Amino acid sequence: MAEFVLRVNGRTHRVEGEPGDSLLAVLRYDLGLTGSKFGCGEGHCGACTVMIDGQAARSCVVRIGAVAGKAITTIEGLAGDEPGARLHPVQEAFLEAEAFQCGYCTPGMVMATVGLLRSVPNPTDADIARILDRNVCRCGTYPRIVQAVKDAARRARTAPARIES
Amino acid sequence: MSDDPRFELEPERYELTEPARYRFEPWPADVDRRAFLRVFGVMGGGLVVAAALPVRAQQASGRGQAGLESPSEIEAWIHLDARGRVTAFTGKVEIGQNARTSLTQVVADELRVPVEAIAFVMADTDLTPFDQGTFGSRTTPAMAPVLGRAAATAREMLIDLAAARWQVDRAGLAAEAGRVRAADGRTVSYGDLAAGRRLAGRVTAGVASPDRWRLRGTPVRKVDGRTFVTGRHVFTPDLVRPNMGYGVMLRPPAYGATPVAVDDSGARRVPGVHVVRDGVFIGVVATGERAARRAAAAVTIEWNIPTGQPTSETVYAHLKRTAGSGAAGSGGRGGGAPRVVGDIVQARRESAQVVEASYHIPYIAHVPLEPRAAVAEWADGRVTVWTGTQRPFGVRSEVASAFGLAEDRVRVIVPDMGSGYGGKHTGEQAIEAARLARAAGRPVKLVYGRDEEFAWGYFRPAGVIDVKAGVDRDGRLTFWEFDNYNSGSAGLPTPYVVPNQRVAFHPSDSPLRQGSYRGLAATANHYAREMHMDALARASGLDPVAFRLKNLDNARIRAVLEAAASKIGWPAPARPGRSLGIACGTEKGSYVATAAEVMKSADGFEVTRIVVSFECGAIVNPDGLRNQVEGSIVQGLGGALFEAIRFAGGRIQNGTMATYRVPRFKDVPPIEVVLIDRRDLPSAGAGETPIVCVAPAIGSAARGVGEVLPQLPVTLKNDLGGRFFTG
Repeated sequence: MAEFVLRVNGRTHRVEGEPGDSLLAVLRYDLGLTGSKFGCGEGHCGACTVMIDGQAARSCVVRIGAVAGKAITTIEGLAGDEPGARLHPVQEAFLEAEAFQCGYCTPGMVMATVGLLRSVPNPTDADIARILDRNVCRCGTYPRIVQAVKDAARRARTAPARIES
Repeated sequence: MSDDPRFELEPERYELTEPARYRFEPWPADVDRRAFLRVFGVMGGGLVVAAALPVRAQQASGRGQAGLESPSEIEAWIHLDARGRVTAFTGKVEIGQNARTSLTQVVADELRVPVEAIAFVMADTDLTPFDQGTFGSRTTPAMAPVLGRAAATAREMLIDLAAARWQVDRAGLAAEAGRVRAADGRTVSYGDLAAGRRLAGRVTAGVASPDRWRLRGTPVRKVDGRTFVTGRHVFTPDLVRPNMGYGVMLRPPAYGATPVAVDDSGARRVPGVHVVRDGVFIGVVATGERAARRAAAAVTIEWNIPTGQPTSETVYAHLKRTAGSGAAGSGGRGGGAPRVVGDIVQARRESAQVVEASYHIPYIAHVPLEPRAAVAEWADGRVTVWTGTQRPFGVRSEVASAFGLAEDRVRVIVPDMGSGYGGKHTGEQAIEAARLARAAGRPVKLVYGRDEEFAWGYFRPAGVIDVKAGVDRDGRLTFWEFDNYNSGSAGLPTPYVVPNQRVAFHPSDSPLRQGSYRGLAATANHYAREMHMDALARASGLDPVAFRLKNLDNARIRAVLEAAASKIGWPAPARPGRSLGIACGTEKGSYVATAAEVMKSADGFEVTRIVVSFECGAIVNPDGLRNQVEGSIVQGLGGALFEAIRFAGGRIQNGTMATYRVPRFKDVPPIEVVLIDRRDLPSAGAGETPIVCVAPAIGSAARGVGEVLPQLPVTLKNDLGGRFFTG
């Protein structure tokens, strides 16, 4: 066991573990950041998506030994902590489109969308299908999510995202 | 439709259940008084209305509940406190179907308060009235009217209180926006009227007809939508209790495997680790989640694995061979006498065309994104379990039974959950967490891995459906023989007019654990029936829509069929090289027709457009309904195009997200939804039925591209199977 220093949502955390331990497990169980969800543990469903140095990543298959010193942003770090805080434009767009049913995939979808818009600010349907291919909504709200992503792109142009990178 | 009660096959009894080892006692006669006191005890004084149904709705039969048809059966509560806050109680669960919002609309509408004034307590066996479970699309048709009547009664009681306070005739009073208003302009708030009282009432008022709806019928937003986009909503896997430990189960490598030798010395050496062994039950508990995984990995087990188990290839022969045997296994019950009308032999002789086919339906998995999970905590001889299940009271019974406890020693609480689709009726995760927690002497959280969810949940039943049918020279159906082996009986009767019929369901010995699924067997039965109708039309040289209309006297099915056909431009595809298909049906009181457009592609065919028309009576929340219909179509695409469980030697061979393909963004064609709002008809459930015609619509469209095999997923004869893997 060794100590790892993780920078999550602008705060520094020291955690004990093995280098191969999953970042998602540390986020959820050591740091109490349960907004990132466990869905498959294989990097194939996207429920655990976070931003690492400005790139969307599947935290269930990211090893803590690989992210020391990098800036990690979870869904909790996207908007302010307080309950009434202004939402991130991507969150606003998902809420406005009601692009969810059970909501379990939503934090991961939101984070993946934040990552998508950083690389493709004005995505087409094909861009969205390709870049979000590893994000599953089993309730099948994909048509609404596509609308939300496009709406988020419009909102982001007027209110730039606040992601630490 | 099956109007003759002799032909009712009780689909839920077969399809929604695992072995019926559950017993519920009738509630004692003083249940009302005790329940009122309980609500006042929890909520404080104010006004309470208990909603009781004199006779349980027949269709709500899940597990054997015959003992619960007493007049004292309480279905729901509404409590109003001195500050005007309204709390409604129901045993239903929120699984993404938006029941929390749609039920809130009903209560707010009848009580004449804003949506924000209502809080719902759902699915807590200590607080909410008994409920059989959230399945069968019963929340809107059955629970919503109950809560609506309770809310209307509360409103009328408040008007009575105001009339008494002001010494005026209640006829001149009206309830509006949380206040009672008199003709002279005086108003008093609900909270002031309820303050300092302990008033209890039983439902007397009726529910408003749709022409008087204000909030119902409007697209009210999901009541706690913000908590999902911020990640703040606490699903069961997110729960934390003081001093909680983390559990990991050690699962057999194959079904039926038994441990021969267990070496847990490595795990026991880790400080703070409990190894729990109780027969075939083997699990570990540690203080940290990662420590629990390490401890589990340190346990080595030698297993004895039984041989000769059926495979995903041999299962169909197995199901037919064991049909009607009543053999052990999860499927050996629920059949009934076949429906026989007329003279099939004679009708067959007189038919101009006869078509026969045997359709194979594979097991498929629900794959709820939130896997099975539970947090269990023992205190003072009671156990509380938070878990994702569609049957909180059923799981309470399962836990009580597993530990030999009285049911009032078990509390089950269901946080709004990461979906179920019929896949979370059982409580194995709750029992396992409780067993681990009792051994470890601390609360324990257990979250299934995706491989465990695939292998140790249950599947939609596999089945074989044999259909033989004929038409005469005028294109009218002459006879209809339909034998369903193991899939289940939901959607079994044909809605078409056929003078000579034999329709039967044959339970079989299912090698895999099977249970409910969105739409139950209606998807399999609609697939076989509608593909067969399509084949009969083609064999007779008739247009498939015209052929159906000729044989259909049900006006509601005709309406959705004509709407879908019109919307997609039937019979001509919008572009050359495309092919259209269509299917229609009814299930759970609602009506659906689906039209699909496909084109040839490198790996067979590709779906390029879907049109669905849907009618479920009066629409409560049009946006929520649209969301459910779209979601059903997308989920239906999976079963239609690529979902199938592969298994051999007691092992699931594609039990991962990488190998079991579920619909993703790239798989979803443009979906056009036509909703038919029938304000003149009662609201039916809508979360399931839109799924049932997706596969046959695609299957019939694919017949324009090549020969389609009689099976799910829809497969062309020369298909290389490229669609079945995520790649």
